[in-house]
Amino acid sequence: MPEPASTFGAGIDSIYYIILWITGAIFVLVETALIVFIIRYRHREGRVAAYSHGNKKAEIVWTVIPFILVLFIVYASNDIWLEVKRADQGGAAPADALPLRVVAKQFEWNVTYPGPDGELDTADDFVKRNQLHVPIGRAVRIDLGSEDVIHSFFLPDFRVKQDAVPGMTIPVWFEATRTGEFPLACAELCGLGHYRMRASLTVHEAADFDLWQSQEIAASGSPTGASEIDTERANEAEISEGEESA
Amino acid sequence: MSTTQLLAPNVTAQHWADPSHPDDRPFIRRYIFSTDHKTIGNQFMFMSLFFLLVGGALAMMIRWQLGWPGQPMPGGGVLPETMAPGGILLPEFYNSLVTMHGTFMIFFAIMPLLVGMFGNWLIPLHVGASDMAFPRLNMMSFWSAVPAGFIMLASFVVEGGAAGAGWTAYPPLSAVPEYSGVSTGQQLWCVSLIILGFSSLMGAVNYITTIVNMRAPGMTWMRMPLPIWSLFITAILILLAIPILAGAAIMLLFDQTIGTTFFLPEAGGQPLLWQHLFWYFGHPEVYILILPAMGVASEVIANGSRKPIFGYPAMVGAIVAIAFLGWIVWGHHMFQSGMNPLLGSSFMLSTMIIAVPSAIKVFNWLGTIWRGDIHFHTPMLNALAFVGMFVIGGLSGVFMASTPVDIYIHDTYFIVAHLHYVLFGGSLFAIFAGIYFWFPKFFGRMLSPTLGKIHFALTFVFYNLVFFPMHNLGLGGMMRRIYDPNQYGFLEPLQPMNTFVSVFALALGVSQLVFFFNILWSLWRGEKAPENPWRSNSLEWSLASPPPHGNFEAMPAVYRGPYEYSYPGRGEDFWLQGEPPDGGAVHAPTGGAPVGEGVPQ
Amino acid sequence: MSEAAAIHAHAPRPMEGIRVYNVKLGMWVFLLSEVMFFSGLIGAYIILRFANPEQWAAPGEVLNVTLTAFNTFMLICSSVTMVKAFAAIEHGDQAGLKRWLLATIVLGAAFVGIQVFEYIKLAEHGFVPMASQYAADGGGPLYGSTFYTMTGFHGAHVTIGVLCLIFTLVKALRGHYTEEYYSGVEIMGLYWHFVDLVWIILFTIVYLI
Ligand SMILES: [Cu+2]
Ligand SMILES: [Cu+2]
Repeated sequence: MPEPASTFGAGIDSIYYIILWITGAIFVLVETALIVFIIRYRHREGRVAAYSHGNKKAEIVWTVIPFILVLFIVYASNDIWLEVKRADQGGAAPADALPLRVVAKQFEWNVTYPGPDGELDTADDFVKRNQLHVPIGRAVRIDLGSEDVIHSFFLPDFRVKQDAVPGMTIPVWFEATRTGEFPLACAELCGLGHYRMRASLTVHEAADFDLWQSQEIAASGSPTGASEIDTERANEAEISEGEESA
Repeated sequence: MSTTQLLAPNVTAQHWADPSHPDDRPFIRRYIFSTDHKTIGNQFMFMSLFFLLVGGALAMMIRWQLGWPGQPMPGGGVLPETMAPGGILLPEFYNSLVTMHGTFMIFFAIMPLLVGMFGNWLIPLHVGASDMAFPRLNMMSFWSAVPAGFIMLASFVVEGGAAGAGWTAYPPLSAVPEYSGVSTGQQLWCVSLIILGFSSLMGAVNYITTIVNMRAPGMTWMRMPLPIWSLFITAILILLAIPILAGAAIMLLFDQTIGTTFFLPEAGGQPLLWQHLFWYFGHPEVYILILPAMGVASEVIANGSRKPIFGYPAMVGAIVAIAFLGWIVWGHHMFQSGMNPLLGSSFMLSTMIIAVPSAIKVFNWLGTIWRGDIHFHTPMLNALAFVGMFVIGGLSGVFMASTPVDIYIHDTYFIVAHLHYVLFGGSLFAIFAGIYFWFPKFFGRMLSPTLGKIHFALTFVFYNLVFFPMHNLGLGGMMRRIYDPNQYGFLEPLQPMNTFVSVFALALGVSQLVFFFNILWSLWRGEKAPENPWRSNSLEWSLASPPPHGNFEAMPAVYRGPYEYSYPGRGEDFWLQGEPPDGGAVHAPTGGAPVGEGVPQ
Repeated sequence: MSEAAAIHAHAPRPMEGIRVYNVKLGMWVFLLSEVMFFSGLIGAYIILRFANPEQWAAPGEVLNVTLTAFNTFMLICSSVTMVKAFAAIEHGDQAGLKRWLLATIVLGAAFVGIQVFEYIKLAEHGFVPMASQYAADGGGPLYGSTFYTMTGFHGAHVTIGVLCLIFTLVKALRGHYTEEYYSGVEIMGLYWHFVDLVWIILFTIVYLI
C-alpha cells in the first residue's frame, strides 16, 4: 500500500494491520496444524485411527474464540468507518471544508471549483477536466456525481474510494497531509475506456493553492467561460492527462 | 402415479432395479433424454466441464493481455477483427472476456458441477431412493441448462459482441447500449440467465422433495451424509435466491428492450436497486457455490482419514447457520456504493459473524484428520487442498468485511484474489476431489491415480503462484477489470508481478489438460472399478459400479450414520450404512443392502 | 452422545417424510420460490415508489379501480369453485368435478380477458410501460413500468393456470381422477389459490394504496 496522504489514511491502515496480525496468526496456526497432522497421522502399517465423534469442549472453544475476535474487529473497524464517513454528522464534511464538485462521465472526471468566494454554484466557479487540485491541511468536501454510468472515485494514496452513481450526489471528504501529485483512478467498470479513466490530484501548500486558483481564473478570461465542458461522446474522447477543457 | 403413492409414504412406491430384466431402454432414452439421475449427473458433468474449458480459455486471454499488454496473442490471429485485430485484444473485447469468464465459471461451470452433477449423482443414492422424486422434471432441468449455456456462448458472435458490463451487470452500463457498445449480447446475457434460473429451480424442487420425502428407512436427518445436508440447504438457497435474480434480470431486460427505467436515473429509476436485488441473490449464490463443496470435502476427508467426521451436529449446524446468515449480509458488496454508511456498519457485523460457522467447519476438518490414519488418495489430496485454500479465502474475506479496509481494497485485485481462493481453491478443489472420488461409481472405471496426482501437484503449485500474488497487486492499488494497468504510473511497477502471474496462469491452464485427458482416457481405458474402491460407508458403495437403473433391488435400510470409520473391535475400518448390525458379511450383497424387519417391501 | 446407541438400533422404522405426497410437497416448494419472485417485484416497487412518490397518481385517477375490483371478485369466486371441484372429487363426484373445473376455467379466462381489455384502454390513454412514451394524465413512467410488470407477470401466471386447468379438465373428462386418486386436482388447486392470493396483495398495493 502506498504511504497514506490523508488524515484518516493511517487509521485505515492501522485496522488493516490489526486484521493482518489476527488473520496471519490464525493462518499460521491452522495451516501448521494441517501440515503437522497430515505428516503425523499419515497412513503407516498398523496405524489405527481413533474412533471419536468429536469433543464438545473443544468445539465450544473454537466457536467462542473466533466470535470474540470478529466482534473485536467489528468494534475496531466501526470507529474508523464512522470517522471516515462522518456518520455522526450525517455524512457532512467538516464545516470549513473546501467545497468541490466532481462529476464523472465516460471517461473523464470534471471538477468544479468554487472560485475565490469559496461557494459552489456562483458566478466565479470554474471547471477543470481530469485535474483535481486541493490545498494541504484543509478538509475538502466533494459532491460526487455521474452523468452516465457508475464510476468509482479512487484515490489510492488517500484511502478514498466512492462509487459515483448517476442520479445521486454522494458526499466524499478528505484532508491531505502531504503535498505532491497523486493518481485519481476509476475503480468501477464503466465501459471500454474504463482502464484509461484517470486523472491527477495535486496537493498544494495553502498559499500555492490560492495562487493556482487565481492563475486559472486569469487564464480562462472570464470566470464562467471556463466552465463549458466539451460534450464530445465519451467513446471518442481523446483524454490526455492535464488537458484543459475547451 | 398410483393410489399407493398418494396415500402411503412416498418411499414405498418406487421402481427398484430388477436384475431379472435387462435394461432395454433405447439409446436415446438411456443416454440423451434419460430420466435416470445418474445419467443426468453424468450429463451435467460433461456440460459443466465443457464450460469450465470455455471459462478457462477466456481467463487465459485475460491473463495474456495483463501479462503482455498490447502484444499480439499467440494464435490470436484466428479471432475476428472485432475482437482482436492482428491478435491484439481490443478493450471492448477485454470487457467481454472479463464478464463472460465470470459468468461461465459461476453459472455454467462451478454451479452445475456442484449442484447439477453432485446433486444428481448423490442425492437419490445417498438417501436410498430409486431416483429423484420427479425424474422427468430432472431431465428438463438439464435440457434447459444446455440451451442457456449455448445462448450465452452464442452472444460472442452477435453484432456488438458478448455482454461487457461485468458478471454483476451493473446498470446503467448494462442497460444502455450507447454506454457499453453492447446491445444484443447484454440482452442474451439476461435471457440465458433467466432460462438457467428455470433449470436451477426445477433441480431445487426435485432435491428438496427427494431429500424430505424419499429417505430410506433408518436414514434419519442426522444420519444423512454431509453432501446431502449441504445440497439440501443449497437447494433451499437456490429456491429462494434464483427468483430474485430472475425478477431483476427481467426488469433489466425490460430496461434494455422496451424502454422502462427501473434502473435508469433519467425517469427516477435506481441504479442501486439493481445492486440490492443482485446481491440479495448474489450472496446466497456465493454459498450455493461453496456449501456443496464443503459437503463433498467432508465426505472425502472422513474417508481419507478413516475417522468419523469430527462434530457432525456442529457441521450440520454450521451449514444451516451460514445459509441463514447469508441472507442478511448482501450489503457488504456495496460498502462503497453510496449506501447509507450506518447500514454498512450493520452489514459488517452480520458478515463478520459468518466467520464463526466457517471457522467451526475448518476446525472440525482439522479435528477429523487429527489422530486419523490418513490415506493420500487423489480425492483426499484435493480435499486437503480445499481446506488449506478455503482457510486463506476465508481469512482474506475478513479484510473486505471490515468497512474501512474495504474502502481501499474494494474493486481491486485483492477481491479477485479472495474470490478465486474461495471459488477455485475452495469449490474447484472440492469438485476435483468429488470427481476423483465418485467417477468410478458412475462410469465403472477408476481415474488414473498417477495422472491424478500429477494433476493435483501441478494445479496446487501453479494455483498458488497465480492467485497469491494477486493479494499484493490489490494492495498495490491495482483495480479490477482494467485492460491495461500501465495507463497508470503507480501501477507500472506492478507489471513484472502481472507477468509472473500470467506465466503461471498459462501453466495452470495447461495443467488442467492432464485432468481432461485423464477423464477421457479413463472412460475407456481406466482400471475397472470395484463396488467400493475407497472402502467408504454410504449406500451407493454397496452397489455395482455403475449402479443399475433403479439403483437398489429393494428398499435399502439404514442402520447407522455415514462416518462409522475405524469402529473399535471390527476387523474392517469402515462400516456400510446399510449393513445390519448383526449381519456377519462385511460387504453387503451386490444390488442393495438387506432389509430389516418391519420395513415395507 | 446418543450416536453409539443409534449405531446399535435395530430394524429401522420406515421413514415417512413429512406425510405429504411428493407432487404436493413439490408444489409447495415451488410456490415458495414464486413467493420470492413476487416479493422481489413488490420490493422493487416499494423502493421505487418511496423514492419517486410524485410519479404515482392517486388511486383511481389513472387506473380503473371499479372494473378491477369486479375482476378481483371474479378471481376470488374462481378460488371458491376450485375448492368445490376438489371437494367433489374427494367424494368421487365426477360430474361435480367437471362442472366446477369448467366454472373455474371460465372465471379465470374472464379475468385474463378483462385485464387485457383494461390494458388496451389504459394504453389508449397513454398509460404505457415505456418511459419515453408515457402520457397518462397523472403519474409518471415508473408508475406504468411497475404496473405492467407486476400485473403482467401475475396475468401470465393466471394464463398458465387456465391452460393447466383445461389440461386437468380434459383428464377429468377421461375419468382420470377418482375418489382415491386426485393429486392432480389438489396441486392445481394449490397453485390456483396462490395466484389468487398474490392478486389480492397486488390489487391492494397497486390499485388501492
Ligand atoms: Cu471506470
Ligand atoms: Cu457476499
